[in-house]
Amino acid sequence: MNALLQSAEASLYLPVRARIAEVRPLTRLEKLYRIELPDGMSLQHQPGQFVEVSVLGVGEAPISISSSPSRSNGAFELCVRRAGDVTSALHGLVPGDSVGLRGPLGHGFPIQRFHGKDLLFAPGGLGLAPLRSLIQQVLDDRRNFGKVTILYGARHPSELLFTEELQAWSEQPDVEVHTTVDRPDEEWKGNVGVITTLFSKVSFYARNTVAVTVGPPVMYRFVLMELLGKGIPEANIWLSLERRMKCGVGKCGHCQMHHLYACLDGPAFCYAQIKHLEEAL
Amino acid sequence: MSFRLLPKSAFPAWVEHVRKEHRVLAPVPHNGAHRFVEIEAPEQVDMEYRTTILPPKKAMLPVRESLLRFSTDGGQLEAASQPGPTAILGVHTCDLHAIQLLDKVYSQGFADQAYQARRAHTVLVGLECLSPCSEHSFCKSMGTLSCPELFDLHLTDLGESYALDVGSDQGAELLIGFEGLLEPQPEDYRRADEVMNEKWSRFSYRLEFEAAELPSLMGVSAQSDLWEQLAERCLACGSCNLVCPTCTCFDVVDEVDLGLKNGERYRTWDSCQLAMFATVAGGHNFRAGRAARLRHRFMRKGKYQLEATGNLGCVGCGRCAQACLVHITPVDTWNELHRRQPQMAQESSA
Repeated sequence: MNALLQSAEASLYLPVRARIAEVRPLTRLEKLYRIELPDGMSLQHQPGQFVEVSVLGVGEAPISISSSPSRSNGAFELCVRRAGDVTSALHGLVPGDSVGLRGPLGHGFPIQRFHGKDLLFAPGGLGLAPLRSLIQQVLDDRRNFGKVTILYGARHPSELLFTEELQAWSEQPDVEVHTTVDRPDEEWKGNVGVITTLFSKVSFYARNTVAVTVGPPVMYRFVLMELLGKGIPEANIWLSLERRMKCGVGKCGHCQMHHLYACLDGPAFCYAQIKHLEEAL
Repeated sequence: MSFRLLPKSAFPAWVEHVRKEHRVLAPVPHNGAHRFVEIEAPEQVDMEYRTTILPPKKAMLPVRESLLRFSTDGGQLEAASQPGPTAILGVHTCDLHAIQLLDKVYSQGFADQAYQARRAHTVLVGLECLSPCSEHSFCKSMGTLSCPELFDLHLTDLGESYALDVGSDQGAELLIGFEGLLEPQPEDYRRADEVMNEKWSRFSYRLEFEAAELPSLMGVSAQSDLWEQLAERCLACGSCNLVCPTCTCFDVVDEVDLGLKNGERYRTWDSCQLAMFATVAGGHNFRAGRAARLRHRFMRKGKYQLEATGNLGCVGCGRCAQACLVHITPVDTWNELHRRQPQMAQESSA
């Protein structure tokens, strides 16, 4: 159980007021928010955790944290896709506006267990938002990890997130980045095809590799087939599961799949832990 | 056994005594059924009631409960105010078991202060069940026909009076300053023994197996054809969830006043049987099939809740069976799964 922001002492459901410091449009549907907590508060999150974000009067939505603890400095980033009521309202907010926050919630990725391993990140679409937190954390502590490979797929070049950061990562000598899109536009010079078409471009020593994949449900089936086919142990495959959530603290029941709660036991899960659960994947 | 005696003739006066400092919820007749409502006079109370439409859960987990009050500019933001003291009269043993489960659900892991505050301000006056509530109840099978150590006071109907057991200091406080209690005589103890001994044979076991087998039965039933067969008639209306004393799922909704300046965030009962329950904003539904939703509900009742809390998620009250328009009942469902178990075990090992 992680420590929540201090409002939770009064009520689990009482958000802390936080300030939007910066808003950066990333694509047609996604914006990146830099959020500042009140003086003296810090989120103390783990990569893979999420926060419940309130727009008072509209509602609350679970959003994964996109920046790493290593780069927090009293603020953190959320990448928000305009998809429902709350995220649409969020897209209308500007720097200086406030939002409500509860968190950090859920279990993130157990980064200590990844020490010494080669890391293969395979985000699809918006899946890069939560994975970016982990990637940043790894790159800020680079010597503790082996080879770092990032395979990123999106439907269309205009939907690629964090393109400048991807470019910067690919220019690092100790990071290998491959990007693909399902449908290219005229300017696209990179790989065309779903994310699994990138696997033939990279080699890794399966037994020492930890693979972390985050993306839409349909992607998991094919990426998992690829990872398992390459011999990566089930216990070394991690993913993050999206579910409907209301409370974020294991009470409201919406995110339950079998006996597990995505908000408490996840959203980061080890494949070995959930492979038998047909409601999970 | 030691108890005090509350003559039925003194019961109205005692209810008035409790009402001085408590909001009192009690079973009251309503269109041929009963429901727990806040009473205004002792005469409204019907302690002979069978079951109620909704369980007494609603006192601790209101159908609609304010969680926050806020101004939409964020200038004001506070948790909802504390509830006042409440006494619930005449809680049947199955419902006491259900409250025991709720207590665990809302205190394990993250403690839910909203529930705990209401619960801490609620005094439970139990009522010993002496005959089955309805054709649907199966408390004896579920082990909920005897009273858990949860009551603050507990009443057993001896005919002319109630045997009154005190379970907590909070319960004892409801008796302070009330003069109408009597000391039981030897014949009262004899009568109490009789009443307790005679009640058991009036109830029947309705599951064709031990309830302790439920988790393992559910464990091998995930792939059963029965879920699709039941789903063909299930209306996915959520009535079963609505009347269930152990259902805990809720939705959270923001509501603002007409001036759009101030608002309230409240939680309200939700149902895992409704089509949109697991649908995310992008439109993906993680439990789209009716059969999968039905299965999820029965899994929660027969397996998940037990694993999470140590209490089975069903207390055998029979309310869902009563409420279901297409006669899907836990007794029939579990008995049918049990009959099919040898076949299911064979298929899963093949």
